[in-house]
Amino acid sequence: MADATAGQTVTACNAPGGFSRLARLTGVNWRGALAVVAFVLGWELLVRFKALGFAAVPGPLESLTAFWATYASKASYWESWFASFRRVVAGFVLAQLLGIPLGLFLGTRERLRELMFPVLELMRPIPPIAWVPLSILFWPTHELSIIFITFIGAFFIIVINVHDGVRTIKQEHLWLARSLGAGEAMIFRRIVLPSVLPAISVGMTLGIAVTWNVVIAAEMIAGDNGLGRLTWEGYVSHTSTVVIIGMVSIGFAGYLSSALVSWLLHKLTPWRA
Amino acid sequence: MNDVLHQGALSIRQAGKIYDPAGAAVVALEDCSAEIRAGEFVAIVGPSGCGKSTLLNAIAGFDRLTSGEILLDGVTLASPGTEPRPGPQRVVVFQHGALFPWMTVLENVIYGPTRQRVLGADAARAKALDMLRRCGGLDTAGQRYPGQLSSGMQRRVEIVRALMNEPKVLLLDEPFRAMDTVSKSAMHRHLLDIHALYPKTVLFITHDLEEALFLADTVYVMTTRPGRMKTMLRVNLARPRTLDMLVSHEYLELKRQVVAGVHEEAQKAFERGERELA
Ligand SMILES: Nc1ncnc2c1ncn2[C@@H]1O[C@H](COP(=O)(O)OP(=O)(O)OP(=O)(O)O)[C@@H](O)[C@H]1O
Ligand SMILES: [Mg+2]
Repeated sequence: MADATAGQTVTACNAPGGFSRLARLTGVNWRGALAVVAFVLGWELLVRFKALGFAAVPGPLESLTAFWATYASKASYWESWFASFRRVVAGFVLAQLLGIPLGLFLGTRERLRELMFPVLELMRPIPPIAWVPLSILFWPTHELSIIFITFIGAFFIIVINVHDGVRTIKQEHLWLARSLGAGEAMIFRRIVLPSVLPAISVGMTLGIAVTWNVVIAAEMIAGDNGLGRLTWEGYVSHTSTVVIIGMVSIGFAGYLSSALVSWLLHKLTPWRA
Repeated sequence: MNDVLHQGALSIRQAGKIYDPAGAAVVALEDCSAEIRAGEFVAIVGPSGCGKSTLLNAIAGFDRLTSGEILLDGVTLASPGTEPRPGPQRVVVFQHGALFPWMTVLENVIYGPTRQRVLGADAARAKALDMLRRCGGLDTAGQRYPGQLSSGMQRRVEIVRALMNEPKVLLLDEPFRAMDTVSKSAMHRHLLDIHALYPKTVLFITHDLEEALFLADTVYVMTTRPGRMKTMLRVNLARPRTLDMLVSHEYLELKRQVVAGVHEEAQKAFERGERELA
């Protein structure tokens, strides 16, 4: 471990240019920060000089001004955040609560696997958005159908990942646990579950990203609020700054939830430094 | 101490194992016999795929024999009619290591005795720290995760985890196979020291003849599959073993006696491998 860190430091010192040194001294990713600034600047310039296709696109400055002037203090804007977040959390958490146990069962029970796997494999390739019409027909409210579609987005991912995770548990670990005196229940809790945590981790990380994709699309089609709806309404009402504000908000919201999930997973698997 | 020394006699009688008898019928072991005394350090040398792990798994209680039997202190451990049952009296250290990566070193080491309720958590921790310290100052690594240790340290911790259960037999399945010469040599020193401190019956599996002769009291050479004991050799080198013994007359004489046999079996295994691939 110590060797690995030493190795990295050496590469950082040898790397050419001042950014690496600056990054090391300040702990900030200066290269990345510069790229963001360059992106925003380029965008502003393209809009200013009315580059091809940019005639109707608002610039970052205009969008930011509109945001500060009206949206930052507007209750309905923050309600959009809340509505989308609630759907993501509901769909995502439900998917984990049902998907993790199902994945564990499928991985450990051969008969159940034979029974259910073909059905799962057939349903898995159907994109969550394709569930929208059926979902609206089935569920009594639009809210429930959006949550359901969001759930679908994360559900298959976690089931398949947990299932694969169970099947890669080291035989030696199971054998040793038995040698050392563990019974079946203990083996499940202290060997199977921790062995599968990395796979759960992958499933959740992929799942949370997909969940945001799905929720935004579903809101555009069937929602009456939320960040997806906000963005779509900006387009329909010809207030193009709102489209930008909506998109950037979605970006931040997605980033925030991914960061939250990865923080949680880090806490759950402290041995994976 | 004497009590411990009188335990751990292994008797392997005409052990046989056929994998998948209805289909491919791979005969892994056939008529494999050995008498191992309590406290003896035994090394089993054999070419790759000759059935060494199969024998070890039968002793450990991971798999069933299809003929013959294995007794530990007169009690049948394995036979075609015995349900395989792993237990703390015979713990394995595997080639690739099998510490639980999600537990700290200390949690790994106390897992056996606390699980079996032989010791309370505090007593187990005290015993673990003591053993870790004796086995080369490993106690300072107690709060680390296995992934943060070198492979040599991991393997030693694993040996300590096995010894914590006061096993009658310590089963080592090529534990140093993947190591470079220098680390391997350091591990030999550690293992010999540990064996002097805790004189259990040791079954050490390897395909490295020099390693076997340097470590063991008795070396068995196995034939290619189906595995049988081909030769048995008593190593009358004094203990503690030192590196200069590796060039001593006695050591070289022992090596001369078996090297031809081992080479012959390795050659057969290699040729069969070529045939099976062709
Ligand atoms: N579960 C199994 N089913 C079928 N054949 C098996 C099984 N396990 C092992 N074998 C075969 O039995 C033979 C003996 O295997 P074993 O693992 O005991 O060999 P080994 O001496 O430990 O080899 P190595 O030095 O490579 O570890 C091999 O030919 C192997 O392919
Ligand atoms: Mg083997």
